Amino acid sequence: MMTTVITPLREERVEPPAARRRGLRRQTRRAWLGVAYASPTAVMVVLFFLVPLALVGWMSLHRWPLLAPPTLNAPDNFTGIGDNDLVRSATWFTIKYTVIITVLLFTVSLGLALLVQHRRRGVGFFRTAFFLPMAVGFASASLLFLGLLSDEIGPVSDLLRKVGLIDGYVSWTSGSANSALGSAVVLVLWRFAGFNMLILLTGLQAIPPEIYEAARVDGASRWQTFRRITLPLLRPTIALVLTLMVTGSLLAFDQFWILTRGGPDNSTTSLVMVIYREAFIRLDLGSAAAISVVLLVVLVAFNVIQLGVLRRRSN
Amino acid sequence: MARYRARRVVAVTAAALLMTVAAACGNDDDGASGTGGTAAASVDDGATLTLWTRAATESVSKAYAEKYNATHKNQVQVTAYPNEEYPAKLASAAGAKSLPDMFASDVVFAAQYASQGLWLDITDRFDALDVKDKVAPAHVKAATWEGKNYAVPHTIDMSVLLYNKDLYAKAGLDPNKPPTTLKEFAEQARAVDKLGGDVNGTYFGGNCGGCVEFTFWPSVWAAGGDVLDAEGNNAKIDSKEMADVFALYRSLYDEGVAAPASKDEAGPTWLGALQNGKVGIAPGPSVWLGLIEEKGVKMGVAPIPGPDGGESTFVGGDAIGIGASSTKAAQAWDFLSWTMSDEAQIEVIAKNKGVPTRTDLASNKYSSADPRVVLINSLMAKGKTPYARNFNASFNDPQSPWLKTVRGALFGDAASALSSGNSDITKSLQQS
Repeated sequence: MMTTVITPLREERVEPPAARRRGLRRQTRRAWLGVAYASPTAVMVVLFFLVPLALVGWMSLHRWPLLAPPTLNAPDNFTGIGDNDLVRSATWFTIKYTVIITVLLFTVSLGLALLVQHRRRGVGFFRTAFFLPMAVGFASASLLFLGLLSDEIGPVSDLLRKVGLIDGYVSWTSGSANSALGSAVVLVLWRFAGFNMLILLTGLQAIPPEIYEAARVDGASRWQTFRRITLPLLRPTIALVLTLMVTGSLLAFDQFWILTRGGPDNSTTSLVMVIYREAFIRLDLGSAAAISVVLLVVLVAFNVIQLGVLRRRSN
Repeated sequence: MARYRARRVVAVTAAALLMTVAAACGNDDDGASGTGGTAAASVDDGATLTLWTRAATESVSKAYAEKYNATHKNQVQVTAYPNEEYPAKLASAAGAKSLPDMFASDVVFAAQYASQGLWLDITDRFDALDVKDKVAPAHVKAATWEGKNYAVPHTIDMSVLLYNKDLYAKAGLDPNKPPTTLKEFAEQARAVDKLGGDVNGTYFGGNCGGCVEFTFWPSVWAAGGDVLDAEGNNAKIDSKEMADVFALYRSLYDEGVAAPASKDEAGPTWLGALQNGKVGIAPGPSVWLGLIEEKGVKMGVAPIPGPDGGESTFVGGDAIGIGASSTKAAQAWDFLSWTMSDEAQIEVIAKNKGVPTRTDLASNKYSSADPRVVLINSLMAKGKTPYARNFNASFNDPQSPWLKTVRGALFGDAASALSSGNSDITKSLQQS
């Protein structure tokens, strides 16, 4: 074995003062150039993220009418959260929805990604077809489902009646708590599975084919290859999609606002819907801000734990 | 030098940010100052005025604006927003201090907007109006807060019984003899329902707080009951009158006389269900009379009765006021006072079969052509508009305690729904 010892050839050169000044000036200029390049983004982040964030924090400590000047009432907005029954039921529902959607959406997305992983005839068509629902705005997609599932104007109930799967009148979006949740879950799966498939697909394609070949030579079965090679090497991508799914589900709004209106009997009211109600129906901006702050803290904590655990494992 | 320049850039940026935040947080006195309180004269000087309304009453607002624009130098531009999004649109505009010169709102939300100061105080201007005492009193009261007027009626929509004359004839009922009690209403609905097929006796919005209050409360009022106290701070829904009304509709649903979709009707398909011509008799908004008949269904109209007689109506519709941040209050008042004039009420509202917002114009040259319109107009004096600051959060919102109560009373545990609902609604009404 050949070893090479590299000794640092650092000579203490004594630069003339003029040259040193020139070097310093160049360094300063480069530093400022960096600042100049970064500043548009920094200004944007400050204006559209940090300032509103600080404002929401400030708002949560006040009674904040729409027009009159705000008055400090801390910590009333935060203690009020505990007394709000709707917050309690919405929290449980949001957690339940997050668990269901994360499991289902991840399974479907990974399934789709594995289906279209390899280049073969017609695979491009399927990749596009799976991704296409992403091109429809989420609110529009929710309205589309509302129309399709409506017994008055939509074809779904008629179709199911014709094939004998249902009998009589069925309300998919407000008939029962389970059917309302089911409708929203189907909508979300349809809309987001393709997008998550795409992310997982890039992760899958980043795994070197040689590893699979080596496994095949070693006689590994498909299941073993999937468990021992695909899943471990896909961990960083899985961490990313799971974080996106969990965050998106905890912030769910459109699908319930449009499709189920939070019903029946508040069974599909999400936390963001409660924030909306506090701000725009009760016109209590302070209370809405307080719930937002709590939700933000939970989200940040959750993301830190999730990314931390998954990253550590992937290392 | 570079460092100095950099510091200056940072300082300027910080100052700009501070100013942005200060502007966002600060109390903007401009615009509202000097415009409220005083009885400024009307002005028609060619100003362009913005008017916001919800989609439900867009056609009326546009008809007013067209007529006004044709005869005045001021020009009114109407913008309509979807009904569901409208309260949020108003709240965010108010928060940004960019309210339009005038905005209309569902009359039951008027007290909330008045209490929040979203409309300018128009007490003096309104007092100076010749026809002040003839303007729909229920609407005027609904837009009053702490003794001051903030809005005037814009459109009026009342709840009535709408019945299908052809189905009545087929069922062997007299199409000219609508029910005079709620019990008769149930009997007639049952008779029509016996026609079978896809015909149903009645229909209601069982998943829509606003629909139920609009159509059920008049029966409670007709029976001598009430729903709220005068200040709108306490609910009174655990009364016998309310229980009787719910029990009657519940039995119609349980028997299958009410269409099964009534349980899930959240509002959007309510009109469509009646336009199908497959429903015998149902309470609904008076403005739907024309919309249903457009589909070729012959309709009769009757007042909403109580279980054993009497009659009442929910005087709904929109109230309109001058946006608190408007700088054209005098010009806006010129338009608003004109909408209450004989010309606007007769040539814009009555001509289009609407209900005039003035009690003295209930019968006019257009209404006399259709006795149903005369009947609708005459109901205004017997009707009520509920008044509560927290009305939207307590009754109309899908997450309101009222909708939970309605669902319990119609499809769940009826006995406990009204008593527990009463305390929940009272709590919501009293929330500051």
